[in-house]
Amino acid sequence: MVTVTANQPVVEMQSITKQFLDVVANRNINFNLFPKEICALLGENGAGKTTLMNILFGYYTCDKGEIFIKGKKAELSSPRDAICRGVGMIHQHFTLVPSQSVLENIIIGTEMRKSGFLDLKAAKDKLLHLQERFGLHIDPEARIWTLAIGEQQRVEILKALYRDVEILIMDEPTAVLAPSEISDLFRTLKSLVQEGKSIVFITHKLKEVIAIADRIVVLRRGEVVAERRTGDTNLRELANLMVGRDVLERISRKKIPPGEPVLEIHNLAVSNDKGLEAVKDIKLVVRKNEILGIAGVSGNGQRELAETLFGIREPQKGTIKINGITLHSGSPVSAIKLGMARIPEDRIETGLMMDLSVEENLILETHVSPDFHKRGLLNFNKIHQFSNELIEGYGIMTSGRDAVTRSLSGGNLQKVILARELSGKPTLIVASQPTRGLDVGAMEYIHQRILQEKERGAAIILISEDLDEIFILSDRIVVMYEGQIMGDVQLEEASREQIGLWISGVKK
Amino acid sequence: MIGFKIVKRKPLPGWARLVIPVAAIIVTLVLSAIPILIAGGNLWKSYYFLFYGALGTRYNLLETFVKASPLIFTGLGVAFAFRAKFWNIGAEGQLLAGALTATWVGINAAGAPKILLLPVFIACGFIAGGIWAAIPATLKTKLKVDDVVSTLLLNYVMIHIMGALLFGPLQQPGSSWPRSSEIVEAAKYPMLLVRSRFHLGIPLAFFAVAIIWFINDKVVFGYQSRAVGVNIKAAHFGGINTTSVILRTAIISGGLAGVAGVGELCAIQYRLIMDISPGYGYSGIVIAMLGNLHPLGVLFSSFFFSVIIVGAQTMSRMTGVPYYIAEVIQGMALMVMLVFLLLTEYKIMVIRK
Ligand SMILES: Nc1ncnc2c1ncn2[C@@H]1O[C@H](COP(=O)(O)OP(=O)(O)OP(=O)(O)O)[C@@H](O)[C@H]1O
Ligand SMILES: [Mg+2]
Repeated sequence: MVTVTANQPVVEMQSITKQFLDVVANRNINFNLFPKEICALLGENGAGKTTLMNILFGYYTCDKGEIFIKGKKAELSSPRDAICRGVGMIHQHFTLVPSQSVLENIIIGTEMRKSGFLDLKAAKDKLLHLQERFGLHIDPEARIWTLAIGEQQRVEILKALYRDVEILIMDEPTAVLAPSEISDLFRTLKSLVQEGKSIVFITHKLKEVIAIADRIVVLRRGEVVAERRTGDTNLRELANLMVGRDVLERISRKKIPPGEPVLEIHNLAVSNDKGLEAVKDIKLVVRKNEILGIAGVSGNGQRELAETLFGIREPQKGTIKINGITLHSGSPVSAIKLGMARIPEDRIETGLMMDLSVEENLILETHVSPDFHKRGLLNFNKIHQFSNELIEGYGIMTSGRDAVTRSLSGGNLQKVILARELSGKPTLIVASQPTRGLDVGAMEYIHQRILQEKERGAAIILISEDLDEIFILSDRIVVMYEGQIMGDVQLEEASREQIGLWISGVKK
Repeated sequence: MIGFKIVKRKPLPGWARLVIPVAAIIVTLVLSAIPILIAGGNLWKSYYFLFYGALGTRYNLLETFVKASPLIFTGLGVAFAFRAKFWNIGAEGQLLAGALTATWVGINAAGAPKILLLPVFIACGFIAGGIWAAIPATLKTKLKVDDVVSTLLLNYVMIHIMGALLFGPLQQPGSSWPRSSEIVEAAKYPMLLVRSRFHLGIPLAFFAVAIIWFINDKVVFGYQSRAVGVNIKAAHFGGINTTSVILRTAIISGGLAGVAGVGELCAIQYRLIMDISPGYGYSGIVIAMLGNLHPLGVLFSSFFFSVIIVGAQTMSRMTGVPYYIAEVIQGMALMVMLVFLLLTEYKIMVIRK
């Protein structure tokens, strides 16, 4: 254990206040980061974590307050200023250029010059040296688009280290990672700290916090409400501090015998963007009142399967039937008409129109229903009522239905999609990573909603990398590995060991 | 050391949206003093005649309306397309398509009553412009052909088609000029005010502004078109038929430009000539940007342009400042507006290092 408190903090943020229009995202926040420490920042969706860190990274300027970095007062008006002072940030959405190589991405903006020319050799040497020192191995010539998410994140970390960053901010780095990638990341973070770096780590997963952090700061509604040393707290207390009430998933599940088949998938084969076969000859049946959990590490065909069901990807072969009616391949309208609620994993690119208002996003699928328009004219009375009800009902934190969607926090974006998709009383729900990036309170809420939908009679496919989630919700579990279904068990007969083996590709 | 830094600012309140275009125009006029002075003009005299020429007499004022009409149509068309991110640079060609079709109908429609003929005329121009814009839209949605390039190139295709016809089947019998016969009397737009060229196309342009405004804000299609413009992937995911939305957007956009062509033919020239449009289609692009793609903005910026165009003639006649100063001012207006729009989202901070 490192004794941190005795040291002078490397970062001191004093009474930081930041207001967006009518939302106070940060109110009088005092935040310190000590050398060689991993500090976890916890808080509900919209608590102001990203905002606070964006201020430290110079991306936003605060309305009030002062920042000291290594004892010196810092005026940060752009990320460049922050980087100069040794602060680096890895956003949840990566900023790499897919068609360029690892090396090119890393040196962007810092080009080492020798008589005005790019000195690629020196840059590569420096990169290889860094890789050696921190054990972050990756081929400098590889193109970004060929890398897995976990590897891309490693590139982002290297990019920060390349700029001699001493303070590293990571905004929900584990949300997109597979379990094995998460343990790799943790090993990396530990070695960074040993080398003298300090890290701020944002996550919603309390177990990770306990596993990696030295100290925990909890935000609620823009204010710091608690600070704990990891040894002095537990999951239950943390959940409580975040949400302000008791949350521990004590979900009551009614055992309902599954009804007739709703979704039938026959011999489905789908290729991915690179033209390789991603889903190989899959057969699946999901019944009324049944939740089928699809476990597995991302990148084993789940995305392609989901997109085919959504109607935004054409399969190579096979049929999909919903209540006996064939789904037109490659037609989102057909999926919507057959009563499918679709929760895509890629919220910003696929699910939402970030520059339109919350309301305009909520009516995306329903604006064509006779309720909402008459002879081509939108019926705004009904639409306003509809969106107000959803915003209220799902607790979407926003200044109102007219707020631009871009201003919502990560978790609230997901609520907008859920509200939109579940509002139509679907017969089938296909949910891809539905609680990724959500806080414990919101997660509990969404789990309850999914169970309610099941009790109401929906058939549900739940694609998730989170085994806890799979075990909490599913009635039946299958595992996808390299485009195939590895196993199919009822919950009662499933053991974590067996599922774990299937996930890593081991049969029996 | 003192440096400057550009940082994001809080969204401006609603009134700023009204103040900004006005401020931009004032700044433009101040900056326009530079070229006027360089051209050796007397500043006050030049400005006086610029505005006098455009607004000073009844005839001049009405003439400003006459010039604004085609600009409103093309500006509106371009703005409508841009909002859906269909980059229609081809309003010029669509305008010509409208004028060409109207000419063909107009020469051959002897004997039909005016009440009947005019709507048919306008519809023909709209459809022709719409079809000419539908071609690049289809190329874009089916074959992923870049719309900026295809719409632009189709302008030249249309100019050459028009040239071929004006030297061929459409040429006025006995004439050696590339010009058509005059359209029949019944096809001419009625003049609505005496002793002026204030014609039917002007109220029609105002009507079009209202219609587009209405479509944008109240009609299902306007919502879909905006959704496609913001995130086509999400719009497709949400069940919007993006191919059809882009096609319909293009048809409306090209159709509006086509009606501009009908107006120039039926109210101004009465016969098709090669330079029936002095680049109204291209001005439409600038006007759409200047008007921030909003119908009302388009209306205002069209008038601003038309004041400059009409006024510059008088200014040049009375002070000797060359006429092309008008174009310099138009270009300047766009630059100033773009800077102003940037300043609505960002602010410049002075920092001391
Ligand atoms: N650019 C912005 N414009 C307007 N409001 C904003 C903006 N950025 C954030 N907000 C608001 O500020 C509050 C805090 O948002 P922030 O993104 O910091 O939350 P967060 O704690 O990171 O949440 P999450 O866990 O969901 O990512 C939210 O209410 C959000 O809607
Ligand atoms: Mg966040």
